[in-house]
Amino acid sequence: MIDIRRLWTQVETIHHEFGPRPPRPQRRGAIAAVLTNPYAGRYEPNLLPFMEALNPLGVELARALLAALRAQPHEIEGYGKGAIVGSAGELEHGACWHVPGGYGMRQVLGNTKAIVPSAKKVGAPGAKLDVPITHVNASYVRSHFDAVEVYVPGHPHADEIVFVLAMTTGPRVHERVGGLRASEIKGEDGLR
Amino acid sequence: MAADIRKLIVIVDETRKEMGRVVDPPARRALAIAVIANPYAGRYVEKLDELIDIGEELGGLLGAECVRALGIAPGQAESYGKAAIVGEAGELEHAAAILHPKLGAPLRRAVEKGAALVPSAKKMGGPGTAIDVPLGHKDAAYVRSHFDAIEARVADAPRANEIVVAVAVTASGRPLARVGGLQKNEIKGEDGLR
Repeated sequence: MIDIRRLWTQVETIHHEFGPRPPRPQRRGAIAAVLTNPYAGRYEPNLLPFMEALNPLGVELARALLAALRAQPHEIEGYGKGAIVGSAGELEHGACWHVPGGYGMRQVLGNTKAIVPSAKKVGAPGAKLDVPITHVNASYVRSHFDAVEVYVPGHPHADEIVFVLAMTTGPRVHERVGGLRASEIKGEDGLR
Repeated sequence: MAADIRKLIVIVDETRKEMGRVVDPPARRALAIAVIANPYAGRYVEKLDELIDIGEELGGLLGAECVRALGIAPGQAESYGKAAIVGEAGELEHAAAILHPKLGAPLRRAVEKGAALVPSAKKMGGPGTAIDVPLGHKDAAYVRSHFDAIEARVADAPRANEIVVAVAVTASGRPLARVGGLQKNEIKGEDGLR
């Protein structure tokens, strides 16, 4: 059921955005897997088998992205996920990624507390998705609200789905709009 | 003068299946992109030496990033290409200064040999402008299976005073190449053409 056609991995190292350079550059990465959509072209009432089959892929992609970032799990401070469904599929097919993508990544990162924010859409080949990013242990940490734009040139075809995971190693490069600080979080409820 | 690099982006593209057929080994391509400040933005400067030196620096840096991202030995690189997008306060000649005089030599060291011309593209643009980086076999430009292109694009660059510089290196040709021509196992690799 899991048929990977293409993998696209991108890592940005952000040194500055016309302001003072932080001591460590922010690294922001995403991995996109282009899969055959097993439900393309028809209404399938039961999507649970696909969700279940995707579980190992969530773990595999999270590990591959960590490797591309050359980071240890504890160095990842922000994350997000997303899906782009080809035009012969439906938005709900993209929703199949919530559990395997989210829990797979949280497992690989050491059981992080915060919900993994997400975005999904139906799109044509080359469609761009802004994958939202929030802090891995406390969703309200303002410095870590971010997004990374992801697309795979030429995909998804009508019968494909692109599943995405994203991770960052720190806050926005010149974050300075206050709010809850990463140093102040309790990290119990996933929010603060 | 060293380049003021605002961000560096490295992409790996792996095609495992095409048209229902397994691509074995997978087709693998890497793209390394630097977003740099344009030292000549907003004015006409006759001699473009600073950008020429920046090109030399980036040829080595971006070439090495591609090889490292692919996880290959330098000699296993098969094709390459380069491109630049100049922000609107610059001029097209700024891309030429980066790409043509000095970028090639350190890139060739990063991929070993590189007898062939490094194919290139350039344009003016703004944030999110895409450019198709042309690809050709690094030792013999006529190898037909390796004519290709990979799209480079940075969502927030180039700003008006910036230049986006991209280098692509692959470990393979197109996924299911089958239109004949010179094969990679037939090349001499001496004149850069065949």
